[in-house]
Amino acid sequence: MAHGHAVKRYSGLMDWLTTVDHKKIGVLYLIAGGFFFLIGGLEAILIRIQLWKPLNDFVSPDTYNELLTMHGTTMIFLAAMPILFALMNAIVPLQIGARDVAFPFLNSLGFWTFFFGGVLLNVSWFTGGAPDAGWTSYVPLASDTYSADKGVDYYVMGLQIAGIGTLVGGINFLVTIINMRAPGMSFMRMPMFTWSAFIASALILFAFPALTVGLVALMFDRLFSANFFNVANGGNVVLWEHIFWIFGHPEVYILILPAFGIISEVVSTFSRKRLFGYSSMVFATVLIGFLGFMVWAHHMFTTGLGPIANALFSIATMLIAVPTGIKIFNWLFTMWGGSIRFNVANLFAIGFIPTFVMGGVTGVMLAAAPADYQYHDTYFVVAHFHYVIVGGLVLGIFAGLFYWWPKMFGRMLNEGLGKITFWTFFIGFHLTFFVQHFLGLLGMPRRIYTYQDGLGLNGMNLISTVGAILMGIGTIVFLINIIVTAKKPKNLSNDPWEDGRTLEWAIPSPAPEYNFAQTPLVRGYDALWKEKMDGNKGMTPAEPLGPIHMPSPSILPFIMSIGLFIAGFGFMYNHYIVAIIGLVITFACMFLRSVIDDHGFHIEPDEMHDKGVKG
Amino acid sequence: MMNRWHVVKRLLPLLAVMALLLSACGREDLSTLNPQGPVAEEQFGLMKLSISIMVLVVVVVFAIAIYVLIRFRRRPGDKTIPVQVEGNHKLEIIWTVIPLVLLVILGVPTIQSVFGLAKDYSKDENAVQIKVTAHQYWWEFDYPQYGVKTAQEMIIPTNAVISIEAKTADVIHSFWIPSLAGKIDTNPGGNVNRMYFEAPKSGVYLGKCAELCGPSHAYMDFKVKAVDEASFERWVAGMKAPAEMPSDPEIAELFASQCLTCHAVGDKGGTIYPNLTGMGDRLAVAGFLINTDDPQYKNEGTVYDNLVRWIADPQEVKPGNNMPKVDLTQQEIEAIAKYLSEQKLDY
Repeated sequence: MAHGHAVKRYSGLMDWLTTVDHKKIGVLYLIAGGFFFLIGGLEAILIRIQLWKPLNDFVSPDTYNELLTMHGTTMIFLAAMPILFALMNAIVPLQIGARDVAFPFLNSLGFWTFFFGGVLLNVSWFTGGAPDAGWTSYVPLASDTYSADKGVDYYVMGLQIAGIGTLVGGINFLVTIINMRAPGMSFMRMPMFTWSAFIASALILFAFPALTVGLVALMFDRLFSANFFNVANGGNVVLWEHIFWIFGHPEVYILILPAFGIISEVVSTFSRKRLFGYSSMVFATVLIGFLGFMVWAHHMFTTGLGPIANALFSIATMLIAVPTGIKIFNWLFTMWGGSIRFNVANLFAIGFIPTFVMGGVTGVMLAAAPADYQYHDTYFVVAHFHYVIVGGLVLGIFAGLFYWWPKMFGRMLNEGLGKITFWTFFIGFHLTFFVQHFLGLLGMPRRIYTYQDGLGLNGMNLISTVGAILMGIGTIVFLINIIVTAKKPKNLSNDPWEDGRTLEWAIPSPAPEYNFAQTPLVRGYDALWKEKMDGNKGMTPAEPLGPIHMPSPSILPFIMSIGLFIAGFGFMYNHYIVAIIGLVITFACMFLRSVIDDHGFHIEPDEMHDKGVKG
Repeated sequence: MMNRWHVVKRLLPLLAVMALLLSACGREDLSTLNPQGPVAEEQFGLMKLSISIMVLVVVVVFAIAIYVLIRFRRRPGDKTIPVQVEGNHKLEIIWTVIPLVLLVILGVPTIQSVFGLAKDYSKDENAVQIKVTAHQYWWEFDYPQYGVKTAQEMIIPTNAVISIEAKTADVIHSFWIPSLAGKIDTNPGGNVNRMYFEAPKSGVYLGKCAELCGPSHAYMDFKVKAVDEASFERWVAGMKAPAEMPSDPEIAELFASQCLTCHAVGDKGGTIYPNLTGMGDRLAVAGFLINTDDPQYKNEGTVYDNLVRWIADPQEVKPGNNMPKVDLTQQEIEAIAKYLSEQKLDY
């Protein structure tokens, strides 16, 4: 029997900096993503305070543009995606019966590059101006001619570094889900959340390279006087719009598909019913992912692509309503005939369904190009995408957090505080964004710093601001909830909801380092539920108890990311020595990683028993 | 079954009221829901069709959701295991086909309208051709058929199709007159966009820049003033009339050296920055300072007051715009403002 090499096990802060354990990386993603979510939320509140009355001058126009740019960029890249990655990291390996992801080292690298990319982006607040050309950074506004300060450089550099992390993470999940499933866990037995993580990862694989290409081109334009987007020298600004949205539209599905997965799990569990139409759900997810690449130009109906392009992209966009509708009705009929429990996780999931439908139908309305000539770049669009992203994704994330918190931390979030969060956030959300549909229709363009008095826009803007503050209160109550919960003892069973259906509920809460003492044998869809119905106590093991091979922790991913962080500054400020030092650090780490043999270590069966884990 | 239909029936009048509210919503000169021309009318038609279909979808989903949540809520102590239904092919086909049918109902008029609105009037001699050039942060309107160029206020006749050719001098903006027609982006380089609209009713319509273009994006408003044919002819003639310079020679010289290098008045002056002909009866100064003799809000004032405020510190009104703080004394500013506010085109 192979025995463990002497591997240094760290504790305290070093443990977190060096960890390659997918569950701990999930927690890191949650903390960092949650932190950026608070920053993005604060920016949103400042935006709404500026707009609460006409001709307000709470912030300056320049600051306002920085706020709206950083709010969008932070929420999409640094809050929403990382929190989804947190849940994917924490849960997907458990759901497929794996001991870790396929590439634990890469997983850590993905987190640290995301984190340092995000930090770099936000450093811009303290160095003379954040990016201010919108999260879409349309050129020529984002070119060095019209945005001469360093703001957009931070955008370009920060997102490239953070983008490495996302791409690495996406590839890691693809390989993990393809290769690491437990015996019997066929594709068509995978839980819906794992399926959605799989499709979202595939979208990341194809969409993020497009963004990277665009960012590199913009970086060359800005830092090295290239002409990709310089019209005077034969460049093309519409090219940026295409590149950005070829990435940007799939990005929306990268965000929402995992939320669909969460809702599928939560609704099914708390209705005590199998997911209705599982195979059509899988089919719909794949189809949405596929169609997501065919519709980017619906963000560009007013760019002047001509009637043929506008007609084709209108129809393609409308088609997405069909698989989305399938999902909505499948959720409703999952609950139909079930036994619906109204705990906080399920409240968020139930709140998600009608809210997302409202965001979906305005999406179809936007797909009708001639009507979009009116909606485009107005508050109608702002309302639409917040219904999808906040009403869809964020409610989904809350549902997922309340649902899986016991599995991640071994403690149950407080239900009472949770219900306060749900109602304030849910009501606040609808107050904020429902009226914005009408603001847009009444003629209010988006991204405006202020508006004239007497145009009939005052009342609804005030309502919107009140709603935003309510959402803020809901979020603060959630933070209090986390603190209160952290003081409770860890004493939960494997299946604290008692209605768990999938593999993660077959192991202790929180899951031990090696997840499964013995890899489970999966005998059907909803693997644990099937065993429960067959009267078995837990999963049937697929292997005898033996030593478990574990990857060793490493500080290299952290240092590699710091190298990139330093190099980013060097490039932005034309200190090429600094840039080279940064890159040398990164490449040196890569070299070390390549030449040092690392066989990992083993956890022996008796060690597991020592820790009080049921074999 | 009956019960659910009752719910829907009860909701119908509510929907009708909502639809009515929608159609009566908003200002005539600003709202997309209160269209004042055939193009906005057609777009509003498509909006109404799509809203109706979508309200139907939302009502069905909400009805099912509410029914399910009430009927199938878990009673305390309920330990029963519901039947584990795998799916239902008939239902799944229904909720695939019905949306497809709804999309066809929406898709056909969408495509008709996309091609209809793409009609090119740029060669039509009966249409009024206007070349729109967007600048940070103002609008230039060039009438090649009439040899007239103006800024910020587009004067159009009520009896003709207006054919727009839009481009930008700097960054991307978007040309939008909500109550007359949807927007079109202004792209740099030779990438011009065309659109058309009509304003059969005379009146003033508010125009907006809809694409983020810099710190003063919010201030980049313009006006469209639709007048009858005779007035339009008088306006063209007035624009081309020889300019009358300030009567005080000192001010006239100052005006020529400090203002006319960039701006034009009548046949005099430079053409790179906004044309100032007829400032006296413009509706706004710099697009955002509203001219009125009865000021109520912070950005309102008489033409004279607004001009003084603008010339004294353009960056305070519109941060990031290209007009410098000209080296003038308060008296000189007031004299120039007085002169400009007296320049009226009688049309």
